[in-house]
Amino acid sequence: MAKLLRQSLLMLLLLTAATGVAYPLLVTGLAQGLFPAQANGSLVLEHGGAVGSRLIGQSFTDPRYFWGRPSATSPMPYNAAASGGSNLGPNNPALVAAVRQRIAALRAADPGNTAPVPVDLVTASGSGLDPQISPAAAQYQVARVARLRGLSPAAVQALVRAHTAGRTWGVLGEPRVDVLELNLALDHLSTR
Amino acid sequence: MNANDYLQLALYLVALLLLAKPLGDYMALVFADAPNRVTRLGARVERGIYRACGIAADEDMGWKRYALAMLCFNMLGLLAVYALQRLQPWLPLNPQHMAAVSPDSAVNTAISFATNTNWQGYGGESTMSYLTQMLGLGVQNFLSAATGIAILMAVIRGFVRHSAKGLGNFWVDLVRSTLYVLLPLSLLLSIVLVSQGVVQNLRPFAEVPVVQASSYTEAVKDEAGKPRMAAAGHEVTHAVPVATQTLPMGPAASQIAIKQLGTNGGGFFNVNSAHPYENPTPLSDFLEVLAILLIPAGLCLTFGRMVGDRRQGWALLAAMLVIFVPLLLACTAAEQAGNPALHGLAVDQHASALQAGGNMEGKEVRFGIVGSARWAVATSAASNGSVNSMHDSYTPLGGLVPMWLIQLGEVIFGGVGSGLYGMLAFAVVAVFIAGLMVGRTPEYLGKKIEAYEMKMASLTVLLPCVLVVIGTAIAVMAPAGVAGVANPGAHGFSEVLYALSSASNNNGSAFAGLSANTPFWNVLLGVCMFLARFPLAIAMLALAGSLAAKRHVPATAGTLPTHTPLFVTLLACVVVVVGALTFLPALALGPIADYLGSMR
Repeated sequence: MAKLLRQSLLMLLLLTAATGVAYPLLVTGLAQGLFPAQANGSLVLEHGGAVGSRLIGQSFTDPRYFWGRPSATSPMPYNAAASGGSNLGPNNPALVAAVRQRIAALRAADPGNTAPVPVDLVTASGSGLDPQISPAAAQYQVARVARLRGLSPAAVQALVRAHTAGRTWGVLGEPRVDVLELNLALDHLSTR
Repeated sequence: MNANDYLQLALYLVALLLLAKPLGDYMALVFADAPNRVTRLGARVERGIYRACGIAADEDMGWKRYALAMLCFNMLGLLAVYALQRLQPWLPLNPQHMAAVSPDSAVNTAISFATNTNWQGYGGESTMSYLTQMLGLGVQNFLSAATGIAILMAVIRGFVRHSAKGLGNFWVDLVRSTLYVLLPLSLLLSIVLVSQGVVQNLRPFAEVPVVQASSYTEAVKDEAGKPRMAAAGHEVTHAVPVATQTLPMGPAASQIAIKQLGTNGGGFFNVNSAHPYENPTPLSDFLEVLAILLIPAGLCLTFGRMVGDRRQGWALLAAMLVIFVPLLLACTAAEQAGNPALHGLAVDQHASALQAGGNMEGKEVRFGIVGSARWAVATSAASNGSVNSMHDSYTPLGGLVPMWLIQLGEVIFGGVGSGLYGMLAFAVVAVFIAGLMVGRTPEYLGKKIEAYEMKMASLTVLLPCVLVVIGTAIAVMAPAGVAGVANPGAHGFSEVLYALSSASNNNGSAFAGLSANTPFWNVLLGVCMFLARFPLAIAMLALAGSLAAKRHVPATAGTLPTHTPLFVTLLACVVVVVGALTFLPALALGPIADYLGSMR
């Protein structure tokens, strides 16, 4: 038994060195060499500093910006240090109440827009950090953003198109619009 | 469901089958007894490892010796994970100064990762240091998977060998699984994942300014940490400004590759593969979900080659697919249909060219419905347990699919190694039932199935069922168990049932509304995870030891062939009937009642 214990311990140490030290360090080295921007968080750089990550959404509640997915992270939305979904069940009255309230907020920001709201704009994402919305959710907001910024809807449409990605190779995933990058581009357009 | 949905599902199945075959053939060479072109590649490294550990690699272990070595090695690994969590504040590579993990949570996590369950009561980015992730959790991702493959190899040798005592050498199987299978595949996958945006560094978390500053209200606390009350009886609050966002970092890609390939499923971050840093693009999603089923599917074909009849491997794979594909379609359709509770509101849940539509609560836009449902079904068919969407927010029927797949015993692909040896237990039960029908002594792969084998196979099939049902009963009777429930009504019961199903079948996913990081839940689920892993593995090794000692019985006209569509159907039926009979009453109280409630 003592011999077996010794063998087990040595084997654990050796395999830990291989899979827990050599392997992650090798991957880190290769990642930093081959894909440094991605390996370090896909940061959006402006004027030499990071203004966010193109993969991590931010909270937008100002009607002059495109709004992203509702986020259930705590204590504030889009808390990237503590990702999380709402985990509300489909029949939970709290879910229905939250959706109602989000519809009301969208309508209050854009009186007169009575179109049904695309579902991704009123349901919390799984991560609470979803950086994207559906093209339908972007279309729903174009008129509002254009009006409040004094821009032509066509100019805003062009920006939305520029920040829309289709399915990968036409097949994988879903079409989507990057909210943070779209809003940054809007700010640039407005200040020019 | 539209044409693209079907295309994405079909592409997944085709890619899986195309890759499973060469991988299966390769693994048959890796675990072959005789030296060959594959095992010669790493022979020197292997010899060095065995010499350093004082191991005689040519020792042919009997089943008891094999089981003892497996247990001893795994218990040490479990202790190491516990120690790392408890000691992390005093160890290096802890840039965020994570505190020591509480004893009950640390025990739960240590069992969870050593048993290949990877149930997570904690949030990765707010609990674990980089060192704990790498040396503790990451290492067990490899070693629990390698252990599963090793046990499977011993079980296969039980069928292959005759009049023999030994089942092979645990250390050799363990080392070869790690060196030849898990490490190269993980290395390849992790680099591709980094190219998609999965983080891989050892830096502290990054602080970035936010574009639109905001604030949130927080209760003011007194010296004792209690909320301070105003005279009117409500809490005093103050506004906390939010001007920055903290981006988590760490060596994530290396860990995510193996957690998918090794059917581990423990996320680097709290929300697992829903996190954009863990699964940033549709391509990373496709590769990660492919990795879930890749090795379990390949091992079916490895089995066929090793027993000298490839059709036997294809038959087992076919039986898995017969159950997998309809459930995949059912889950996708249920989620795409949307949430009836939102029907009266001004919400557009219809799929169109501009949106995925459907039940998007808890799902990410880049994956939509089909990518989320595909993952949910794959992760619960295999005992992976990683998630890219929140199962708790699935529609009642959409959520029933992953729950029931787990309850089937994690044999529809199942864990690496453990899924197939579980399926072999079902195959033994299936030939026994067929034997009863025609009044013959059942045989499987030329071995007579007798009372001892049936006892071991039944134990393997039934123990997880017992753990789920008894565990759920305990949890719903205990105030501490019910205290964790988040959703009201039948859905709350579903959360409990899902948690016990997940732990008692070593899956690891959750209806995550359940607050399970409490001493009660940590202990209950820890016991279930432990009992679902090691007693089952030992029972299967005992079965294999008994089979190896038997003589080979030549097939006659009266032997039931086990590679035909008839047997595939029989096997699938046995799996479904056991799962349905055991769990229908419990499911009626959970997801089915939830569904009927949504129809009002």
